[in-house]
Amino acid sequence: MRFSALALARNALTGHQRWQPQWRDAQPQADYDVVIVGGGGHGLATAYYLAKNHGVKRVAVLEKGWIGGGNTGRNTTIVRSNYYLPESAAFYDFSVKLYEKLSQELNYNIMFSQRGIITLAHSRHDEETLRRSFNAMRLNGVDCEWLEPDELFNRMPRYNRDSRYPIHAGLNQPRAGSARHDAVAWGYARGADALGVDIIQNCEVTGFLGGDGVVTGVRTSRGEIRAGKVCLSVAGHTSKVAAQAGLRLPITSYALQAFVSEPVKPVFDTVVLSPATGVYLSQTDKGELVIGGALDLYPSYAQRGNFHTLEGVVAGMLEMFPAFSRLRLMRQWAGIVDVVRDSSPIFGPCPVENLYLNCGFGTGGFKAIPAGGWTMAHTLATGEVHPLIKPFGLERFTTGRLVDEAAAAGIAH
Amino acid sequence: MLKIDCPFCGPRDEAEFRCGGESHIQRPGPHNDVSDAQWADYLYMRQNPQGWHFERWLHAAGCRQWFNLARHTVTHEVRAIYAMTAPKPQVEAAEGRA
Ligand SMILES: Cc1cc2nc3c(=O)[nH]c(=O)nc-3n(C[C@H](O)[C@H](O)[C@H](O)COP(=O)(O)OP(=O)(O)OC[C@H]3O[C@@H](n4cnc5c(N)ncnc54)[C@H](O)[C@@H]3O)c2cc1C
Ligand SMILES: [Zn+2]
Repeated sequence: MRFSALALARNALTGHQRWQPQWRDAQPQADYDVVIVGGGGHGLATAYYLAKNHGVKRVAVLEKGWIGGGNTGRNTTIVRSNYYLPESAAFYDFSVKLYEKLSQELNYNIMFSQRGIITLAHSRHDEETLRRSFNAMRLNGVDCEWLEPDELFNRMPRYNRDSRYPIHAGLNQPRAGSARHDAVAWGYARGADALGVDIIQNCEVTGFLGGDGVVTGVRTSRGEIRAGKVCLSVAGHTSKVAAQAGLRLPITSYALQAFVSEPVKPVFDTVVLSPATGVYLSQTDKGELVIGGALDLYPSYAQRGNFHTLEGVVAGMLEMFPAFSRLRLMRQWAGIVDVVRDSSPIFGPCPVENLYLNCGFGTGGFKAIPAGGWTMAHTLATGEVHPLIKPFGLERFTTGRLVDEAAAAGIAH
Repeated sequence: MLKIDCPFCGPRDEAEFRCGGESHIQRPGPHNDVSDAQWADYLYMRQNPQGWHFERWLHAAGCRQWFNLARHTVTHEVRAIYAMTAPKPQVEAAEGRA
């Protein structure tokens, strides 16, 4: 079903009772060319581009709960490409560019709002590090601007001028911003479904068919399904699923929390990240502040979140914006993220034949959904790893050629 | 929130501690015989279980001693606290919800 002003008017006449489901409730078939495990943004985008760019028709997305119920529906929706290393910048900037056209591509308003992201420097040493990022972004061809304290207080009138962590400078990526997370999942789902992809919810993958280092399908809570290729996009649950195929991965799962305030009038029109307080925040179109911070303290599969982290994030936010002390937090939740030593994703084939990985995005894979889907679809359909994701193969942990964004990107994890 | 019973200081708030990740990992050797794959496994590959996890902890804001915990990664229940050099304790036999 297409959305248009006309459709809206027509449905208004019938009291909005006649909108149809946006994708079929598909039943599992006996076999597929490609089975994608995990109905988050990455799995759905991969399915969409498999059908759209490569004409692969027999594709299923198996989701143990509901689509977008994982980290894709739990994240703080920041989209940016202000990375340090050339490999990362090329991949994430391709993703930002796909985001720019995604609403038209899917005919689904994903509300991509390019309001910039400002990373702050709070000391002379921070400033030097930030300069280095600034230069790296320039060299990587990612546009950015350097902001002095005056300009920063203009952009963020509510920011604390008398802070324990004074502002020395800021680095802005104007093309960064935020997008509506559910819409990204739903838009790709609807698009994939229209191209014939089976989206099968309430279908948990519990093991694999095959053996001896070859996968020929999956065991699920709804029976066995044969597959030419299987792609794992299950984020924080990748170690658990991959273990069923005898695969060990360099992943540790942690809870990462997000917090949302009550809605208020527009007070903040960009995204700010402070390495000193370990907090970043933005304001949604509805008026809520969306606040994020550091990982929880220890490995976890509990989607609850730790109180110490909450306290730390709130304290950090109030250091930045004392006026927000009057706001109430309305909601808090956690997602299970797949943290990798070098803070870069793991993409492509693995030692188990026919099994492909798209994982390791940890705290930052929402921004990567369009590019992740695009490049994984290419890899699955052609058998050739897409050039943009070649540096991110699992073999890098053996060769030692890590893509060490942990030290370089200045993210707070 | 956890209250962790430091073997040296007694029960303290989790914020005083630092989790050092999976325990009982043996460094492979002798080093001339170690393949790149074995080294990668040692450095990077982790069990990361959804269930009981045997892990190292440091009482960072206390006695600064290391010790081991058996902790469940879904319930966060701590079932055993034991010395760095002690073997993995049995935790599964007595429970039915791992
Ligand atoms: C609080 C928080 C804030 C974040 N903020 C940002 C941000 O601002 N910007 C950014 O870029 N990234 C952010 N991230 C990271 C981002 O959310 C993730 O990297 C991204 O959503 C991963 O997408 P995915 O499709 O790979 O995984 P998910 O969306 O987690 O999807 C995986 C799916 O697999 C399913 N699944 C698991 N096991 C099985 C099984 N056995 N069988 C079938 N299905 C299974 C799950 O139910 C889930 O729906 C944040 C994450 C969190 C938790
Ligand atoms: Zn102690």
